Amino acid sequence: MDLMVAIYTLFIVVLVVFLGFELISKVPSTLHTPLMSGSNAISGITLLGAIVLVGISETPISQWVAFAAVVMATINVVGGYLVTDRMLDMFKSKDQSK
Amino acid sequence: MMELVSYLGYLLATCLFIFGLKRLGSPNTARQGNIISACGMFIGVFSTFIQTGFGGFQLIFLGMVVGAVIGVLAAKLVAMTAMPEMVALLNGFGGGSSLLVAFGAYLVAPQIGVVTASITVVSIIIGGLTLTGSIVAWAKLAGTLPTRPFSFFGQQVLNALILIGLVVAIVMFSMDAVSHISLLYAVITVALVLGVLSVMAIGGGDMPVVIALLNSYSGIAAAAAGSVIGNVLLIVAGLLVGASGLILTSIMCKAMNRSLANVLFGGFGSVSSSSQSDKDQGEVNPITADDAYFVLEAARSVVIVPGYGMAVAQAQHSVRELGDILEEHGVNVRYAIHPVAGRMPGHMNVLLAESNVPYEQLYEMDDINPIIDNVDVCLVIGANDVVNPDALEDEASPIYGMPIIEVSRSQTVFVMKRSMNPGFAGIQNPLFFKDNTRMLFGDAKESLQALIGEFKE
Repeated sequence: MDLMVAIYTLFIVVLVVFLGFELISKVPSTLHTPLMSGSNAISGITLLGAIVLVGISETPISQWVAFAAVVMATINVVGGYLVTDRMLDMFKSKDQSK
Repeated sequence: MMELVSYLGYLLATCLFIFGLKRLGSPNTARQGNIISACGMFIGVFSTFIQTGFGGFQLIFLGMVVGAVIGVLAAKLVAMTAMPEMVALLNGFGGGSSLLVAFGAYLVAPQIGVVTASITVVSIIIGGLTLTGSIVAWAKLAGTLPTRPFSFFGQQVLNALILIGLVVAIVMFSMDAVSHISLLYAVITVALVLGVLSVMAIGGGDMPVVIALLNSYSGIAAAAAGSVIGNVLLIVAGLLVGASGLILTSIMCKAMNRSLANVLFGGFGSVSSSSQSDKDQGEVNPITADDAYFVLEAARSVVIVPGYGMAVAQAQHSVRELGDILEEHGVNVRYAIHPVAGRMPGHMNVLLAESNVPYEQLYEMDDINPIIDNVDVCLVIGANDVVNPDALEDEASPIYGMPIIEVSRSQTVFVMKRSMNPGFAGIQNPLFFKDNTRMLFGDAKESLQALIGEFKE
């Protein structure tokens, strides 16, 4: 890895970590579960890496590895977003539920 | 040109993730936030296809269809009470995928520099740990594995040796990545074993912390995999998840007044609780649903304190029904929720939301304790440790210092409990022996139904 790239990456890392802390620290505990499963779905972002990997894989072994990565990440993404949506659908205030 | 388009897509996706997470932070906008975040994911995937020129599209498409079918089925079929284990399991898949991405990237191009090589190993370790750790957490929550902490002689020593071994492996691998593929296989195996060992050692009551932490890990693993494969969106989104998971973990730890190290390595629950069991606790006062009805009917304010027992008995709908009937009788009904009640962060909130309790009626511990002296009846449903006065009074107690919902300060406490068996960690609860406590033994759902029946007569 090029040194400048590494340094730029470090900048991103620091800023994003601060941003993540700021975004989450004030969330009421009512929403902790949907927040967790929603962010869990985002962690399926590794799907993008799996897609890139399939594209550059040449040997059967690496293709299988990449394929398995695509499947697992998609389960995480699709399942994560749907479960979160299902949960949030239930969160209603008094006016909405009547 | 295509490169540029795809990077602009990544930028847009990043913004959508940030907006989405921000909106997830308020009950009114949360659902919209989740959808915004999903749009970000879609744009991210599409931009990646543009970047790779749809290389290997057929295989990817097949994989995504398989994954999507499994994901949809899992999300639609799971019962709300089984939500903690489902979230844990989904999380494990994300970690496993990051492991495979980092490993696959090495298989494709083993000629890597020191930095990339060490990040590859880190990604594999954290990804593997997340995968098996989450599966064990899932099995514990689903009851397939016993929830007791599993510990054996020399466990700490073994964990320490594994960690040292992994550090050595990182150094060796980054010095000379090409010729060390067998080392990488060893690292994968050890990481998978470490995930099993570390979560096995943690008791069921500490699961909220573990799930939040594993969630954070899967984000970090994704970010590391992104750094290996040179994808900036993976780094940004992964770290967002990593940071938010860490915050949640620390909130959970604070709610139990324990350090993260204590949760992970404390072997909580294996400690004998001799200080309490030897003490003479006096007699418990059982009560029948019949008598409880008269007290509840005369009450002006009732606070309901749910715990994991409510989830086990699937009693959330009955709880809401009783709450509604009490409100009709002019009783002020509030629900007090301890931050670590249940098996994942916010577990009780989800269950009560499922049974249509409006979230305005849900109170956090810090809001209910100052007014609890004026409450006529506290109804404790399947909660134990989070209302244990020993946390305030007995310095020898393993949970001493943990903030609790101080139900014993209210006029009367009803405790719905299956039997006198102590809860998780085998800690006896002096609340049950207090003068103003009445025990309503039996299945929580049946007891609630009995109470509801009394009101309807």
